[in-house]
Amino acid sequence: MSQSSSGGGVITLAHGNGGKFTHELVERIFVPRFASSELSELADSAILSLPETASGKVVFTTDSHVVTPLFFPGGDIGKLAVCGTLNDLAVMGAKPLFLSCGWIIEEGFDIEKLEKIADSMADAARAQGVRVVTGDTKVVERGAADGVYLNTSGIGVLLPGAPLGARSIQAGDAVIVSGSMGDHGIAIYAGREGISLRTELKSDCAAVFPLVELAMKICPDIRVMRDPTRGGLATTLNEFVRGTRLGIQVDESQIPVRPEVKGVCELLGFDPLYVANEGKLVLVVPAERATAVVSAMKAHELGRAACTIGHVTERAPGRVFLRTLVGGDRILDMLAGDMLPRIC
Amino acid sequence: MKYIEEFRNHAAAQALVREIHRISGGRRIRIMEVCGGHTMAIFKYGLPGLLPANIELISGPGCPVCVTSNSFIDHAIELAKDRGTLIATFGDLIRVPGSSSSLQKERGEGADVRICYSPLDALELAKQHPDRNVVFLGVGFETTAPTAAATIHRAAEQGRANFSMLTAFKTMPNAMKALLDGGEVALDAFLCPGHVSVITGTGIYEFIAREYRTPCVVSGFEPLDLLQSILKIIEQIAAGLAKVENQYTRAATLPGNPAAQKLLKEVFHESDADWRGIGTIPRSGLEISDEYARFDARKVFPVKLKPSRENPACICGSIMRGAKRPLDCPLFSKVCTPESPKGACMVSDEGSCATYYKYRRTP
Repeated sequence: MSQSSSGGGVITLAHGNGGKFTHELVERIFVPRFASSELSELADSAILSLPETASGKVVFTTDSHVVTPLFFPGGDIGKLAVCGTLNDLAVMGAKPLFLSCGWIIEEGFDIEKLEKIADSMADAARAQGVRVVTGDTKVVERGAADGVYLNTSGIGVLLPGAPLGARSIQAGDAVIVSGSMGDHGIAIYAGREGISLRTELKSDCAAVFPLVELAMKICPDIRVMRDPTRGGLATTLNEFVRGTRLGIQVDESQIPVRPEVKGVCELLGFDPLYVANEGKLVLVVPAERATAVVSAMKAHELGRAACTIGHVTERAPGRVFLRTLVGGDRILDMLAGDMLPRIC
Repeated sequence: MKYIEEFRNHAAAQALVREIHRISGGRRIRIMEVCGGHTMAIFKYGLPGLLPANIELISGPGCPVCVTSNSFIDHAIELAKDRGTLIATFGDLIRVPGSSSSLQKERGEGADVRICYSPLDALELAKQHPDRNVVFLGVGFETTAPTAAATIHRAAEQGRANFSMLTAFKTMPNAMKALLDGGEVALDAFLCPGHVSVITGTGIYEFIAREYRTPCVVSGFEPLDLLQSILKIIEQIAAGLAKVENQYTRAATLPGNPAAQKLLKEVFHESDADWRGIGTIPRSGLEISDEYARFDARKVFPVKLKPSRENPACICGSIMRGAKRPLDCPLFSKVCTPESPKGACMVSDEGSCATYYKYRRTP
């Protein structure tokens, strides 16, 4: 890797002062990697042309990322920052198009690591045909941040047949997940310093738009979609029915959880249904479409373990119920408190 | 997860449930699960909904945080106010409300209160901070007491002068006896704590089975363990028997763990103990023995405490005695929630109220 002309291979406060070093950093590290014409202009804002769509609607979101460790099995903060924001767009039924990236870097941060993070951002964006079109870099004094924090905002266009949202859920609808629950949270946790757990487990960090596209194609009336990140599946399901006249019943034996995740959760007293995911979907669809949606998702590598896990019910309005492995029922509540801090 | 999922098998559970239905034959049977870990597992797996309505499971005084008296928390808070002191504790305890504050509140005010997972971590803190007095808050039953004993033992070996423990360790058998003597709840049987029994051996409940004609079954913590233990109780009752049975044979034995028992004897002596909501129960606690008095925070840092106060509307006491249920409490889920607990039973994960709140609120 190349060396910074500021001497040494680390970020200094001068890299964030807007002067020569900042420009050099941007031109040397960010511009070539993100290779978008808008970014190369180095203007104050990017001017974008949006494709014509039937809905004529633009979808816009933002997300900040403070994960620790910065590099974890299955990804790093760069990939996470891209996938996280793209997924927030995708679950609305939008095709992601553009991203911004705002860096807050701690003084003394290794430039080689910065390049690695930028590389994985660029790779993740390129793989989805998304362009990073604007950005910002700030450097803070040593101790004022933990390595790197990343903010990304995303713009997409709403596709025809986008979900109408949680209010459109009806009794009898099927609840589907696209794969195993809890991989991201547990991979991050196991990767932390001082946690002496060795697993082969990787974060599921991935952009889910391809899955969304498949599901929307086969089912034009998806009620609602969400990526179950912080708070996990349990929290997402509660968000769907909170304050409504409907409840959700899910079956523990149908919810896919990897054995490694189960094992770590068992040891540490976590519940995988509350652990974060970064490349999974939860969908509510009309019951008669469930089989078709599941098989469409199974055809994609990100959806191999897709399955129906439960249904919407009029029993117990506003609540989520879990039928346990032994056949008893109990409440599956929202997450109270923070089980695992700084996972995304 | 081999050797765990076998104990959550659906078909086996259904078979046990059928037997429980058949043998109990509609007879009302009230079983107290003494241990908070059992309460949690029972609700987590939705067992009450599987059992026939005539089988009633009653949560007992087996959550270590819940039975810790207000005055203990008040004492810990007084110690924490001294800025030369570093309080080390298990996580749950810092949220328990004392008479007028909690350790969490004190931490917000600048007290140094740290969470650790083992008393040995607290001893390590004492080594790292030779200029501070590190006080570990030791609560729990026969299960946690041996690690505390081992830590005190090690502190003595190391000649650690800035380490001590404020203890409120409890022992199970006489608390169970006190509940039967109190006569407030008519109990037909006990589900006895598995982890406690691993240390003490299963013999400690013999006098209850013999003198009170009350069946005792030592149970594991998986749903099949609990269902099988309940079935064993019902079989005993149907046959007119009252004996101690060990369902948790993969971990608990009749003699228990002699090394742990020896350590307990060396570092602690039996004492009367103050149980929140129950009061003083003779010979139901462990105090640090005279030989190790220099590690007893009660003796090293005596404090004058005002008489402790409880929220008068809180019914944690009756809940712990099995006389009332969380849903009977006027505060439950209205002003008392896991985010803002008014009583100890809502603080700990193993507390009856927290468990009810999490898994059972309304059907």
